[in-house]
Amino acid sequence: MEGISNLSGAQKDELMDQVKQQIAVANAQELLTKMTEKCFKKCISKPGTSLDSSEQKCVAMCMDRFMDSWNLVSKAYSMRIQRERTNM
Amino acid sequence: MSSDFGDSSFSSDLGGKVGDKELQEFLVAEKQKAQFNAQIHEFNDFCWEKCVDKPSNKLDSRTETCLSNCVDRFIDVSLLITNRFAQLLQKSAGGGL
Repeated sequence: MEGISNLSGAQKDELMDQVKQQIAVANAQELLTKMTEKCFKKCISKPGTSLDSSEQKCVAMCMDRFMDSWNLVSKAYSMRIQRERTNM
Repeated sequence: MSSDFGDSSFSSDLGGKVGDKELQEFLVAEKQKAQFNAQIHEFNDFCWEKCVDKPSNKLDSRTETCLSNCVDRFIDVSLLITNRFAQLLQKSAGGGL
């Protein structure tokens, strides 16, 4: 860790950008993994020899609903945190 | 589940290693955001299982209500258990253990 306090302004900005980017990538990966897992479970009850069109449609819809759900949960959680803060 | 509603240990951890204040504050903020995100992933994980049936064209209002109730009730349970558990610990400590 030696030298981390001697970074120039530009180096620091670069480091912060990298951290942000890595977090964003990790988040996207997490979302992708969860989505695949959940939508496979919901849409493919009996795996056949190929993905038929109804399964594909179900997966597409499931992805959208999964994002809806994620955003809703995020909103509910933020609101709760805010409520807890004002009650403190 | 880890109920991290805000974590202050991180900043003191870093204090010794990173002298740079701006960098330190940045990392604390990013860590908090990451924890918040991880928590949403976790909530969404089991509230999805509890509330969402077959995916359709949109989330119906019943599902939406279920999802936000699910988050709130989970936090309620988490707080309730935390408090009661602390009481249990206190009682057993007071009982001469």
